[in-house]
Amino acid sequence: MSFPWAKHYQPTSEFGKYMDSRLPLPRFIYGALGAGYPTPKNLNYFYNFGVLAGVALVIQIITGVVLGMHYAANTGIAFDSVEHIMRDVNSGWMIRYMHAVGASFFFAVVYVHIFRGLYYGSYKPPREVLWLLGLVIFLLMMATAFMGYVLVWGQMSFWGATVITNLFSAVPIVGEAIHTWLLGGFAPDNATLNRFFSLHYLLPFIIFGVIILHVWALHIPGSNNPTGVDVKGPQDTVPFHPYYTAKDFFGLGVYLTLFSVFVFFLPNALGEVDNYVPANPLSTPTHIVPEWYLLPFYAILKAFTTDFLLVKAKLWGVIAMLAAIVLLFFLPWLDTSPVRSNRYRPLNRIFFWIFVADCLVLGYCGGQLAVEPWVRIGQLAAAYYFAHFLIIIPLIARFEKTLPLPNSISESVLAKYGKPPASGSAGTLGGTAPQPAE
Amino acid sequence: MIRLGALGVGLLFVITLLWGVIQPREAVAPDPVKALHKHPQEIEWTTNGVFGKFDRKQMQRGFQVYKEICSACHSIHRVAFRDLAALGFSAPEIKAIAAGYDIATIDDKTGEPTTRKGLPADKFPLIYPNEIAARAAQNGALPPDLSLITKAREDGPNYVHSLITGYADAPANWKVPDGLYYNPYFRSLNVAMPPPLAADDQITYVDGTKATKDQMARDVATFLTWTAEPKLEARKETGVAAIAFLLILTALGYLSYRKVWADVKRKPAAV
Ligand code: HEC
Repeated sequence: MSFPWAKHYQPTSEFGKYMDSRLPLPRFIYGALGAGYPTPKNLNYFYNFGVLAGVALVIQIITGVVLGMHYAANTGIAFDSVEHIMRDVNSGWMIRYMHAVGASFFFAVVYVHIFRGLYYGSYKPPREVLWLLGLVIFLLMMATAFMGYVLVWGQMSFWGATVITNLFSAVPIVGEAIHTWLLGGFAPDNATLNRFFSLHYLLPFIIFGVIILHVWALHIPGSNNPTGVDVKGPQDTVPFHPYYTAKDFFGLGVYLTLFSVFVFFLPNALGEVDNYVPANPLSTPTHIVPEWYLLPFYAILKAFTTDFLLVKAKLWGVIAMLAAIVLLFFLPWLDTSPVRSNRYRPLNRIFFWIFVADCLVLGYCGGQLAVEPWVRIGQLAAAYYFAHFLIIIPLIARFEKTLPLPNSISESVLAKYGKPPASGSAGTLGGTAPQPAE
Repeated sequence: MIRLGALGVGLLFVITLLWGVIQPREAVAPDPVKALHKHPQEIEWTTNGVFGKFDRKQMQRGFQVYKEICSACHSIHRVAFRDLAALGFSAPEIKAIAAGYDIATIDDKTGEPTTRKGLPADKFPLIYPNEIAARAAQNGALPPDLSLITKAREDGPNYVHSLITGYADAPANWKVPDGLYYNPYFRSLNVAMPPPLAADDQITYVDGTKATKDQMARDVATFLTWTAEPKLEARKETGVAAIAFLLILTALGYLSYRKVWADVKRKPAAV
């Protein structure tokens, strides 16, 4: 699609020609994921995670549709129907564990995918819309996962739903009304469970639609790459098929192996034991926590403990948690550095890794009870989260002295294999580990 | 403009959070429960590990412990009698076990509630018709259904074993309320369940195994591991096969990846 040297689809069979002039679907696939998509030839394994995320979604949809055939969205029997799947449905235990573990793996993959985008500057022009669409997918995923967790109707389902929907009541004046409207009542109940099931079934298909837009937006400028340098010519790219289909197949094998380790040997390791206790509105668990992938945001929510500037602590928390996600939409305009890849951004790279550590600390604090020292550590980590995006990144972009960029992708690849570069002063740059400037 | 706005918003959040950080904290007394609470003892279960399996004999003994002791208070109502085939019981044995239970039904002539003998397809009946009845009979406490207990508690099988063998005298500085029992493995240390395993040889095992307290606890914990995860063996067997298959597939995938890329990755000197 994007580059003039992209190969063009040539139907070989009579049927292929017939279809091509009526519904050119094979041509479309050829251009999107086949030999017709020229891809930078220096992509590393972190670039496998986009395809893996797509596969993870497909696994969720397939297993989810089957679960939906046996599940009953009624508070009286929802939990029993899940146990029925685990005990009586043929291979039901496998389908359900794949779905539950699959949600965790989907998030893990998407987090790697997002951090890869952050490291190599994939959100920068001309890929801003691609980034924004990715964030929309991420938001939809969080909503879907949250509602899916509620469907089990265990203790953590019920109390998680109670805590999260209660957040809306922090909104001044209309909060209570919104809360009741969302739940279809004053507390999570049958109306809530039914609408969550309906939406949980709907949203993955919307995610699928946004993924199509995401991939479309990817194909206009083409994939970014670890150098962050634009593709200059045919020598910089290889056709997606067979080069990246082969690499993605290998990556998929590794992914599915790891996935199987969890599905078959650690199926409950990522879940909460309390969710094997049926929901009981009269008994509050001592410690209500969301699934691990939402913990960093939960930590930000909990970090606001004091009323400040006439705003209640709870409302601060809700605003901040929303802001923590919304600010990501502004990132392409906050980071104005013309250099994409952190390979050539020595200062930004340090803060990138601090940010990674910060997210892990937030995640850990999110899973702790509200006791010291975790409250204070969580507050500091939350403060860093906002400072990172809203203060540090814009400042670095302004003052950082970046390293010289390689002239092209192929030159950086050649440098990696030890041959002196054909031209250019920046040829001493390594392809993998950036050398210190001068 | 965006960056100025961001700076403002960023400072606002940071200052609010730092304001929270410098607030003095109320001194909290160290939690006495935390100091006395014990982690369950680690046990080598036959179900542990990649090739873990149930020991049929042990599960039958565990079922006997459940039936003769625990079932006075606890149901396992997610388990059907026919499921007991997994323990190695024959069809007539299961029929006999089921027939030992009364199942609520409706008289097909009068429509009045009545009971009939259990059938293999029935589930183990509830002990109490509802929570209120259970609490009324148990001094206000609720004996949970045990079907899922080993998955509903952290470190399930170890926990069940330690809980029912771990009753002890309360330390001097710990006051146990009336009607409760001191147990360092229970989350609040005061458990409403009377020690279910009072002494060795409390029951006589059909298979002649000596029924020490520890043995009974291990057996019933194994049985409850099965009630919570009846498909455990199938899961592990499938897992071994799936992973073996995937490893080979992945290795082949790696080789073809290397082959496809050979011309691109070849060292430039060799070109
Ligand atoms: C005399 C009645 C009685 C008998 C017999 C009995 N239990 Fe209990 N059990 C209870 C009660 C009551 C509770 C609730 C305790 C509480 O919440 O404080 C309980 C709770 C439990 C719990 C849950 C503890 C927790 O973490 O919440 C387990 C596990 C348990 N019993 C296992 C057993 C086993 C195994 C046996 C048989 C060896 C058994 N019980 C026999 C009355 C009994």
